Amino acid sequence: MSAATAVRSTAPSTLRLAWIHTRYQLTETLRVPIAVVGNCLFPALALVFFVVPQDAVASDPVVATGAIGQLSVFAVMSTCMFTYGVGVAEDRERPFDTFLRTLPAGAVPQLVGRVATGITFVVLALVPVLLIGWLLTSATVSPGRLALGVVALVLAGMPFLLLGFGVGYLLSAKAALPVAQVVLFPMAFAGGIFLPPQMFPGWLDAVSLALPSRAGRDGVVWALVGGEATWLTPVVWAAWTAAAGVLAVWAYRRDEGRRFR
Amino acid sequence: MIPAVHLDHATRRFGDVLALDDVSLDIAPGELVGVLGPNGAGKSTMLGLVTGQRAPTSGTVRVLGQDPRHPSTRVHLGVTPQDTGLPPTLRVAEVVAFTGSHYPDPLDTDELLERFGLTALARRQCGGLSGGQQRRLAVALSMVGRPDVVLLDEPTTGLDVDARTALWDAIRTYREDGGTVVLTSHYLEEVQQLAERVVVVAGGRVLVDDTVDAVIARVDVDRVSMRCTDRAVADLASVTSATWTGERVEVLTGDADAFVRALVTSGAAFSHLRVQGASLEDAFTQLTHRTPNEEVSA
Repeated sequence: MSAATAVRSTAPSTLRLAWIHTRYQLTETLRVPIAVVGNCLFPALALVFFVVPQDAVASDPVVATGAIGQLSVFAVMSTCMFTYGVGVAEDRERPFDTFLRTLPAGAVPQLVGRVATGITFVVLALVPVLLIGWLLTSATVSPGRLALGVVALVLAGMPFLLLGFGVGYLLSAKAALPVAQVVLFPMAFAGGIFLPPQMFPGWLDAVSLALPSRAGRDGVVWALVGGEATWLTPVVWAAWTAAAGVLAVWAYRRDEGRRFR
Repeated sequence: MIPAVHLDHATRRFGDVLALDDVSLDIAPGELVGVLGPNGAGKSTMLGLVTGQRAPTSGTVRVLGQDPRHPSTRVHLGVTPQDTGLPPTLRVAEVVAFTGSHYPDPLDTDELLERFGLTALARRQCGGLSGGQQRRLAVALSMVGRPDVVLLDEPTTGLDVDARTALWDAIRTYREDGGTVVLTSHYLEEVQQLAERVVVVAGGRVLVDDTVDAVIARVDVDRVSMRCTDRAVADLASVTSATWTGERVEVLTGDADAFVRALVTSGAAFSHLRVQGASLEDAFTQLTHRTPNEEVSA
């Protein structure tokens, strides 16, 4: 047997296993392209329908850039809630997940695989948004601002990533889907993702400022085009991230207990 | 010698339910042990402890001397997935390669598919496989990492005779290379064909741990059914259990000849008498010595 010459005496490293799990999860998801396409196209469609036709927005570089930043936050939020919230809940219900737990790999490779898969889908969703923004609006950004925007976007995603994991480990797939939608759309709207918060009445603006979607949106827009910043943004972001982190850890632990029936 | 599988006073509770009750069991390297038991007896809980999926509430579980809860121990362990759970969109060869890549020295994918007669299906998506093909793939996956111990959970349920024989051959080949096999099954015949040793689990305990021949002799029971309203039948010689459904009674007996003789002599009125070989489930009833006269209201 020729394989004998290539015998590895040690088990594969965690890093290699993380890569194997990432590839496995990507392949599995990409085999049902419609799920990916739907998730990836929504922000681009929102841009085409809500931003491009409005000349006042599309032709103003600052407003257009801000609008693209907002929709990028939405792409991140939506991926977190669906890939992690619904995806994890679905995975937990599959017998194959039980099998994966019997393989010689800890929890880390699967978790890394999940995060990497989510990042891939965010990037896939952002590409059309950036292309449309570049071609059809007068949005513009310096390389430095763009880099800052990417960092802000990653941070904006944190509370939603943790919230997604919390929902996914806490709920059944049937319950996770409506919960993800109920969390996503009102939060996106009230967070000033679809309409800029300058158009909000005073009470809605007050509610909005307490939401992680608003904090993420304000952070990303500030990173891209500058302007006023409030101390509330980092405080609200940190509070939500911490709360969602507690939820995620608690739900994950609880799930371990329940699965080991 | 370090046992391949070692349970020492292993107990597992789920809330108030005692799923596994102080089980001690050693399986030597190279052994093939059949684990039998009615549903809900604690078989799955026991396998779950050995695969590291669950931790014992108290007691010790070891695979080749190491804790199966540690991923590094599970390099020595191969497990069959439940066949309904194979990822539907992945291709057969992809699942084999994916599973194999967790192990230090996996079998070549093509070679493994060949051994299990799956070569023609390598490019097929798992969701499109028949039940029998999924079973074969499930057993193949348990062996891809060249593990020292494989746990096969109902490997041939629902297979036709040819497919079953082919799988038995694959299991024997694995054993000839020195592998240890723990096998659960609903088929007495399967255990008879493959195992030398049988462990019967019921009520969370190991009820019988003996050679196949000894166990078969003990579970050799018949089921006698007839119309009879005389409850005294339950107390006749060699009756293990008698269950009434309206006027019909089902009697499990270790010796149908002796029972029928006693029945006739007793003078009890009966009709429509029928004698059948008992199922494995009946055999477990026999082994667990459940109290007779359980009444089932129709």
